[in-house]
Amino acid sequence: MNDSLSFEPPKAGSVVGQPVNRIDGLAKVTGQARYAAEYDLPGLTYAALKTSTIAKGRITRIDATAALREPGVLAVLTHENLPKMAQTPNTLAGKYAIYGMHMGYMPMTGDEIFYAAQPVAVVVADTFERATQAAALVQVTYEEARPVASYQSAQAEVFDPNGQGFVFDLKKVTRGNPQAALAASPVQVKATYVHAINHHNPMEPGATIAHWEGPDRVTVYDSTQAVAMSQQSLAVVLGLPQEQVRVITKFIGGGFGCKFNLWPHTVLATLAAKAVGRPVKLVLTRQLMFTSLGHREDQEQTITLGATQEGKLTTLIHEKTSTTSPWDIFAEPNAAILNWLYACPNYESSHRVARANVMTSTYMRAPGESPGSFAIECGLDELAAKLNLDPLEIRLRNYADLDSGTGQPWSSKGLKECYRRGAELFGWSKRSRQPGVTRDGQLLVGWGMATASYPVRPAQGRARVRLYADGHALVQTSATDLGTGTYTIITQVAADGLGLPMDRVRFELGDSTLPTAPASGSSVAAATVSSSVHLAIQDVWQRLAAMAVRDSQSPLFKAPLTDLTNEQDRLVLRKDPSKGESFAALLQRQGLTDIEGVGNSKSGEGFEADQLAFDNKPGTKQTKRSMYSFGVHFCEVKVDPDLGTVRVSRWVSVMDGGRILNPKTARSQIIGGAIMGIGSALMEATNRDEYFARYTNADLAGYHVPINADIPDMTVEFVDGHDPYVNAMGVKGIGEVAMVGSVAAVANAVYHATGKRVRSLPIIPSKVLGRDAV
Amino acid sequence: MNNFTYTPTNSAKEATRLRRETPAATYVAGATTLLDMMKVNLVEYPQLIDINELPLRGIEQTREGLRIGAMERMSDVGEHPVVVQQYPAVSESLLLAASAQLRNMASIGGNLLQRTRCGYFRDGAFPCNKRVPGSGCPAQQGDHHGLAILGTSTACLAQTYPGDLSVALAALDAVITLENAKGKQRRVPVTSFYLLPGQTPDRENILEPGELIVAVTIPAAPHAQRSTYLKVRERTSYAYALASAAVGLEVQGGTIRSARVALGGVGTIPWRSPEAEKILTGAPATDDTFRVAAAAALRGAQPREHNGYKVALAQNTLVRALQKVATP
Ligand SMILES: Cc1cc2nc3c(=O)[nH]c(=O)nc-3n(C[C@H](O)[C@H](O)[C@H](O)COP(=O)(O)OP(=O)(O)OC[C@H]3O[C@@H](n4cnc5c(N)ncnc54)[C@H](O)[C@@H]3O)c2cc1C
Ligand code: SF4
Repeated sequence: MNDSLSFEPPKAGSVVGQPVNRIDGLAKVTGQARYAAEYDLPGLTYAALKTSTIAKGRITRIDATAALREPGVLAVLTHENLPKMAQTPNTLAGKYAIYGMHMGYMPMTGDEIFYAAQPVAVVVADTFERATQAAALVQVTYEEARPVASYQSAQAEVFDPNGQGFVFDLKKVTRGNPQAALAASPVQVKATYVHAINHHNPMEPGATIAHWEGPDRVTVYDSTQAVAMSQQSLAVVLGLPQEQVRVITKFIGGGFGCKFNLWPHTVLATLAAKAVGRPVKLVLTRQLMFTSLGHREDQEQTITLGATQEGKLTTLIHEKTSTTSPWDIFAEPNAAILNWLYACPNYESSHRVARANVMTSTYMRAPGESPGSFAIECGLDELAAKLNLDPLEIRLRNYADLDSGTGQPWSSKGLKECYRRGAELFGWSKRSRQPGVTRDGQLLVGWGMATASYPVRPAQGRARVRLYADGHALVQTSATDLGTGTYTIITQVAADGLGLPMDRVRFELGDSTLPTAPASGSSVAAATVSSSVHLAIQDVWQRLAAMAVRDSQSPLFKAPLTDLTNEQDRLVLRKDPSKGESFAALLQRQGLTDIEGVGNSKSGEGFEADQLAFDNKPGTKQTKRSMYSFGVHFCEVKVDPDLGTVRVSRWVSVMDGGRILNPKTARSQIIGGAIMGIGSALMEATNRDEYFARYTNADLAGYHVPINADIPDMTVEFVDGHDPYVNAMGVKGIGEVAMVGSVAAVANAVYHATGKRVRSLPIIPSKVLGRDAV
Repeated sequence: MNNFTYTPTNSAKEATRLRRETPAATYVAGATTLLDMMKVNLVEYPQLIDINELPLRGIEQTREGLRIGAMERMSDVGEHPVVVQQYPAVSESLLLAASAQLRNMASIGGNLLQRTRCGYFRDGAFPCNKRVPGSGCPAQQGDHHGLAILGTSTACLAQTYPGDLSVALAALDAVITLENAKGKQRRVPVTSFYLLPGQTPDRENILEPGELIVAVTIPAAPHAQRSTYLKVRERTSYAYALASAAVGLEVQGGTIRSARVALGGVGTIPWRSPEAEKILTGAPATDDTFRVAAAAALRGAQPREHNGYKVALAQNTLVRALQKVATP
């Protein structure tokens, strides 16, 4: 890219930054938006999963006779007749080759049962009803063994993975001399926080339609956050060249991390389609959503804080113990956030895990940061209480002007402004220092707050922009829209960049044949996709500029390239914008119907050097910067001391997420994340029976998520600011930071209301009343 | 779900005849709970006899009290002005139940017959004495956080009826009218309709095979008019009660003339408490009286490891409900 010729990112007054309504809203509410399970292909057949009733043991016999006798049944696939896979994740080498399969075991590759509700058969029939009826008729006999349910079980063997973790290495990290610093600290807090098993439960279940268009060519409509990674992974599993696999995901009904990876049901649907020679649809039931796409693991964290009498942190020690699966060592890296969130010279983190008969847990909104913030933000609150300091004041006293973990400066940090504005909106200064004293009739009132932060994770992706001489544009990338507004914000960015109204821009996503974009996950989508589209548009303008200066009929003929810029849909002289012409005029004269540009954007730490002119001038030394979103949540709860019920009555979030492309969709992200935190704090828990290692509440009647009546009107504001270091658009991302800290804000408010610290989630009436473990 | 035949009918006679012909068949009303259980193969019926068009309708004042047809919908009954004014506990128990969508479909008859939410009962992979007699009761050692502390047995800890309406009906002396295949009707008080689990937790009520619930009748009384239903749960709506109380008081000059008390969420059946009523009747309507009554109501409680909180919770719920009706 030519650094000296750069076209302006959208300015104030443009559609970027405006609260534009979702462009796909009408399609969604009228049923026109097609989700993965809604492609009515000719000859479509239906699959139903039969899953294990035991959590550990072996299949001794599968009798499919009765099922196969049912009308319309096309196949009963088991580990004995499932089409062969070229690669499985069952070996470490296989797992690394497949890359996108999170779980190190592919069900139905053998007779062993490792976890409850593990798929043991796939039944395919010509109707959904026949498939489900036949699945019930498949007889499976097991040899049963006693499973391990969790790290808390008596038979569980807890061990230090010592750097062997998958995805997150779970190495012990030490900075400074934490133990010595602790011994020397006049004030200490040590507490253990327990986090229940949480399930993502997006509204749309996992769903796949697999269609083999030829013996070695397959199209998979799948509800996935990661089109390109799914394509790559499926190709390896199936032994096909990558381009022979096409993955399509036009709309997603939520994912929260559970649709980030390729899970076994998608592979099983694809193999079933191969076996029956017809397209197969497989939709997970709500019950199966609890055992098919991972979960947030059951875990406890002990944190030890050392501080001065003034409340300045001297040491932070974090120990986590959690449950992992028989094959993988996976745990959310909770301690990472402790290393950057506050200024503290000494730090240590360590992990311990125990294998149990459960599927591998996975990423769930802010994996690591969310539960980690629950521990540190409650711990800091306990420290503040001990020192009789205001919780906000103690955070200001430990404000990190540099990243303690790396010593690097921040790319941008609007946290102080978030604190100030949030406190003002909430009226925090009126908080009583003493807990348990504020009343509203029979109810106790409590105020809590917590800091939020989440990294701008490294990611890169491509986009293509085709600008037509008739004044329309087509923008394409393989990114996905989780339902969060990607369609809308990218259309805004493209419209501004091309100087077109939004309705002249058509944005296509969710198809692996389009330019490769990263998964919607780790809060990288808005940042990477908007930047790649912006860069592709720059590419278009540059090509137009190059054409114009060589075209003797153009008013810009022979103008130096560096003198040109764009204004709306015109290419003009920077110094005299009246001189120039519209792209349409230029293209028509050139005999072109359209022109195309591509952009490859890089976002996050380590990538800034590539695309930034100003900090990257020859001779300037590149400073490495730490890149994070920040924010704060303030929460008011009302607690009934006799009934133990907790209700959130007020909420304020103020966030610094870099440039906010659309405050309306951004607000939805923030309230969504905060509500997820309220759920995790007050009601969400999947109970795994200790003896059977099987969930006892695997449906939405038993697994409670907040309903409208639980949530007050929420106030959300942004400290808007273009971060010049993170990526071309200055977007830091908000999807996950929204949840970080929200659990602790609720827990701290409950403490302030009652004077009682509940350290085990969820904070349900039994714990508030004090007749249950807290 | 298994395959089944579906037979709509519009007469009670025809419905009961069909059941006599196919004893393994069942009735379906709003289907809000029956289909849920069929979808996960907890129950299997070869035939569903749709009773939605049966003339089991009407909310009318009779000599015995307010008669509510079994096919009336929860939402219609809960919002009916007579129910709201003269039986507030019944109205509240209905409107605090389930969700608006469910209440619009669900019938009164079906509501009375909903089955326990015990997680082991709801998943066929687990043993469960109620579902498969003799297979065991894993809730005893396992997850019983939400289960009963009153009326339990060594065979079963679960509520046979997890809902709300029957608790209010039990408190207010409601009577259920049943009709069998011969067209014969009988009347059973709600308090005798449900069976304690004992050693036969699979038998939940006294309904004979094929018998139809026709109507529910609630006698008019001053304590019914001054009644309330209080429900405690971890989220504000769309959840079953951890504990609930239906109470009605008639208070004259600060003295309680008559009292009705039933608890939900804590008993294996809707738990009418004559012990509490005895203490309340004739006593001054004060917090002290309420606390003594609440203690009496829970005296027989047998909490286990994870549901001990329910003793205090149920007591406090009851006190709170009594306070509410004591101060008009
Ligand atoms: C997610 C969820 C949450 C819920 N929360 C609550 C709650 O908080 N509180 C609460 O009280 N309830 C709650 N419910 C239960 C709900 O109230 C019941 O599902 C409903 O009342 C059942 O009525 P129905 O007409 O749909 O019954 P159906 O599902 O049609 O039938 C249920 C049973 O009753 C039988 N039956 C129905 N009518 C008759 C009759 N007239 N004579 C004889 N047999 C009959 C059927 O054969 C069947 O066995 C909840 C349900 C769900 C699914
Ligand atoms: S408590 Fe009752 S319903 Fe629950 S498992 Fe035991 S027997 Fe079954």
